[in-house]
Amino acid sequence: MSAPTLEAGAAVGTGAQHRAWVEQIMGMPISVHVRGALARSADVAAAVESAMADLHEVEVIFSPYRVDSQISRIQRGELTLEDASSKVRQVEALCQTALERTDGWFDAWNSTPGMPGVFDPTGLVKTWAVSWAARHLDAFAPGLGYAFGAGGDLQLRPAPDGEPWTIGIEDPRDQSRVLARIPISDGAVATSGSASRGAHILDPRTGLAAAGVLAATVVGPSLLWADVLATTAVARGTSAVEWVHTLHGTSGMLVMESGEVHRWANQV
Amino acid sequence: MRRIVIAIGSTLTGLVLLFSWPTSLNRTTAVGLPATTGTTAAGTTTGAAAAPAPAAAAAPAATSGTFTGSAVQTPYGPVQVQVTVSNGKVTAAKAVAYPSGGGRDQQINGYAIPILNSEAVSASSASIQMVSGATFTSNGYINSLQSALDQAKL
Repeated sequence: MSAPTLEAGAAVGTGAQHRAWVEQIMGMPISVHVRGALARSADVAAAVESAMADLHEVEVIFSPYRVDSQISRIQRGELTLEDASSKVRQVEALCQTALERTDGWFDAWNSTPGMPGVFDPTGLVKTWAVSWAARHLDAFAPGLGYAFGAGGDLQLRPAPDGEPWTIGIEDPRDQSRVLARIPISDGAVATSGSASRGAHILDPRTGLAAAGVLAATVVGPSLLWADVLATTAVARGTSAVEWVHTLHGTSGMLVMESGEVHRWANQV
Repeated sequence: MRRIVIAIGSTLTGLVLLFSWPTSLNRTTAVGLPATTGTTAAGTTTGAAAAPAPAAAAAPAATSGTFTGSAVQTPYGPVQVQVTVSNGKVTAAKAVAYPSGGGRDQQINGYAIPILNSEAVSASSASIQMVSGATFTSNGYINSLQSALDQAKL
């Protein structure tokens, strides 16, 4: 690769070494930031385009808002898992694993109000899709780092300048402010809550909207599992405060409805 | 060995663990803790010039200064610890060298605890590059902090 000349001691995020793209897919903003000498190369731009195309493909297959999506057809009983695409079967298997790993708290068969038993993997599809789409950018490692954001959940890979990505965690009570910041070179951060879309996480034990946690942020090695755990923390409500200390190799923050903020960092 | 590296990597928490594990201390660092281990400090004094040399077990109650242990090679890179001793007690400790070369090392080191701050952050702030939140929808995006950060780099 013909790497452009590196400026000695160039600041993080200088224009030449930091580029961003944004698209609206699956009803949410997809923000991709890259850092490194290749940031403005045509190869990287093409890779970002491929990643966005993958997410459009995921939307066509999985959107519950499209009547002709495979998920909509499965929900109406017109399509069986066996006849669905391999991606649907893969996501279904991950939903089963998430159900087991969270002792039933992350329940893709009990996540839609008033529709118990209906398979809706929306809560897991987003992060699964990001990790899949981001493989186009992984190909440039270690010369290129990236931050791949989808609706407030982020997958980070280390930039060659050695500086971590500094992530702001939104204040769920005032979205124009950040409540905390956290440096992450390589990993993922996911935040779940109920701030702007209404209470969209159900307590699977009652079928009612979960209460107690305004927002839960989980930092860990895997975006998919960070998101599953953040969603589980919101579903658990106040018992999440104790539970997060069992999550080895993660850190994070809970903003409670009471206004209290709990933070943790656990060893691997 | 892996546990040891993990402990060292996440500086402060790691050091607390490090000092609570006698085996870890003996195997991974050459930092002398006169009052507790009686071993000769292999490091050099980097603190105030007046600090006495960390002579082995000599009048430990009066030992003060900053001591840097020898760098120890681990499978993940060099590890080196610096402690500040005041009247024979460790008052501060930090890793002055630890594995940080690549992504794998970063994961082994674990993740930092979120740093709270209540200050408003504007788009021109260079301190944050991305925002994580539960509220990100396409409708809300246009006025969001993430939008401002994206625009700054487009």
